[in-house]
Amino acid sequence: MSCASIVSSMTSLESSQETRRKVEAGLGKRRRRERLFQAAGILATTVGIAFLGVFFADLLAKGSSAFVQSYMKLDVEFDADIIAPGGEMDIAYADFDGLIRSTLRAEFPAVNGRNDRRELYRLVSIGAGYQMQDMIKADPDLLGTSQTIWVPASATVDMYVKGNIDASLDEALRPLSDAQIGWIDSLLSAGKLDTRFNTALFSNGDSREPELAGIKGALMGSFYMLIVTIMLAFPIGVAAAIYLEEFAPRNRWSDLIEVNINNLAAVPSIVFGLLRLAVFINWVGIPRSAPLVGGLVLSLLTLPVIIIASRAAIKAVPPSIRDAALGLGASRMQVVFHHVMPLALPGMLTGAIIGMSRALGESAPLLMIGMVAFIVDVPGSLSDPATALPVQIYLWADSPERAFAERTSAAIIVLLGFLLIMNLTAVIIRRRMERKW
Amino acid sequence: MAVMAEPENMEPVTKLGETVGNVRCDDPYVVAENVDAFYGDNHAIKDVTLEISKKEVIALIGPSGCGKSTFLRCLNRMNDSIESARVTGNITLGGQDIYSKELDPVALRARVGMVFQKPNPFPKSIYDNVAYGPRIHGLANDRAELDEIVHNSLERAGLLKEVKDRLDEPGTGLSGGQQQRLCIARTIAVNPEVILMDEPCSALDPIATARIEDLMDELSHDYAIVIVTHSMQQAARVSKRVAYFHLGVLVEVDETDKIFTNPQHKLTEDYITGRIG
Repeated sequence: MSCASIVSSMTSLESSQETRRKVEAGLGKRRRRERLFQAAGILATTVGIAFLGVFFADLLAKGSSAFVQSYMKLDVEFDADIIAPGGEMDIAYADFDGLIRSTLRAEFPAVNGRNDRRELYRLVSIGAGYQMQDMIKADPDLLGTSQTIWVPASATVDMYVKGNIDASLDEALRPLSDAQIGWIDSLLSAGKLDTRFNTALFSNGDSREPELAGIKGALMGSFYMLIVTIMLAFPIGVAAAIYLEEFAPRNRWSDLIEVNINNLAAVPSIVFGLLRLAVFINWVGIPRSAPLVGGLVLSLLTLPVIIIASRAAIKAVPPSIRDAALGLGASRMQVVFHHVMPLALPGMLTGAIIGMSRALGESAPLLMIGMVAFIVDVPGSLSDPATALPVQIYLWADSPERAFAERTSAAIIVLLGFLLIMNLTAVIIRRRMERKW
Repeated sequence: MAVMAEPENMEPVTKLGETVGNVRCDDPYVVAENVDAFYGDNHAIKDVTLEISKKEVIALIGPSGCGKSTFLRCLNRMNDSIESARVTGNITLGGQDIYSKELDPVALRARVGMVFQKPNPFPKSIYDNVAYGPRIHGLANDRAELDEIVHNSLERAGLLKEVKDRLDEPGTGLSGGQQQRLCIARTIAVNPEVILMDEPCSALDPIATARIEDLMDELSHDYAIVIVTHSMQQAARVSKRVAYFHLGVLVEVDETDKIFTNPQHKLTEDYITGRIG
């Protein structure tokens, strides 16, 4: 019997009871389906978080050791004879390495023979000499005094101290000889070799020596590029979105523009790099590897993202507010700037930060414009050659030296940390600026 | 030409031709002559002629979709923001053609204000809501003058007593009736000549409605008020003249008493008695 005939042949009370019975009969099945859907959702989320957890755990395990570095304690006598022979102090030609060597010899008087001594000297990083040079330069009164300083140990010593070198292997198969291991162990037990916070990681540029390599150059490069990106992409993107939403007539041209903008957001980033290579470096002649060019490339990348997010934010502003402002006699520009923009700004900022996060992590377009290069100096301006953080990670990942492996992970941690901070800033700004209407 | 008022018990007009009643008035200020309005191909307003005088309340009534809101929006050129809208004919304000190229709609809307159906205060403070109009039109030279304008407007809108201690609070935090009074205060802050009201009380409860109707009565001493309303009781209460629209045609215009006691067109009579609309 169909429902209609049931209804017509029963009294109204009976038919409503019939309906109730049918609804309740179906409830069990509906509840089961709902619970299944919920379980699927929870499962998917858990699996996703688990993978993320594994990724972060691995990253932290590999990278956290790079934040500490082995340093050796040396009692150095800034002997005037060695640093400034003949009475004239010429810092550039002073023999700091000789000073280090004599200090080491004093530490281990039993070591004789050229080969053995050379092995001894290799325990200390070649950067130690530069460190002492900087000390004297900063304070020439140290000349003639005895100072206790901590100098970075070489990368192989560092790896041994961190447990990455297997001492039980045959001597020929490891980078440290038995004698060196013996000296290291005695230094460790005497408290003259210790791991401390790796300041070089944050204060130095790139280097061939892992113990001296730092990400400051890459950080500054990324920073300059991001500044250029935000200063170009945000105003242009917001202005374009306002024009397209508020002022442009709806015709075939505007449809064409919209399709093109959406496409641009999906173009592989390396294509932008090729474009910039052709236009800016070949044609206009901006210096290669400069953060300015990198910023220009990244701003092209970020522009479609900002435009799309801003348009969505503008569309979400209710038309009643616009009507009210127009009715009072506000011009169209006044409506946009006094009413629409303040309400759309949280959405625009979120889009901007999402775009910037993407830009921070891009390395492919930078390949084309030459920011993948071994650049040691920290860039001081927009036109100095520089590299970027993701590129630095790529370079270090390529390196065969053991010590660079942990530094790669450390650099990734720093990059992720920055992205986290940027996104948190976006959330905070949104919260602050959200107004109810 | 308008048909003169017929004596009582005359057979009502049934066909749609000339507007019945009296489209003219003494001392006209807003004059619409042969106005047609189109939304694309949709002919929303057909050849409407109507005069509105400087200090009166006229109600536009009619079933849904009859064009009364469209006509209202023609009077302050709000239809400009709708791309498919086209208006022909002649509308003058104090003798000045409001659709002429020399007239800036911005200046027009400072003289013809509008209150909307759903209260739409800006998401700003109460003070800034009322001060926005004077600010953009440069009506105040300094803060003291602006304060005065804001206070006066809120007072005349009957809202000052309730909000004078919390002018910095957001306008959206008020109740519906208060928000609508805030919108009215905002509109009169720019000192317009005509106030257009598009069903201002339809979203409000009866008590708030009564307060706004009292307000309309006070405001009518200073402004011309054109109110679109669905409620015939409201039209009967607040207005001096009533205009009945039907499917884009202005069917009948006359004094309120006459329309509601002795309508001359059959369609008007049907609408008033509830047979249509």
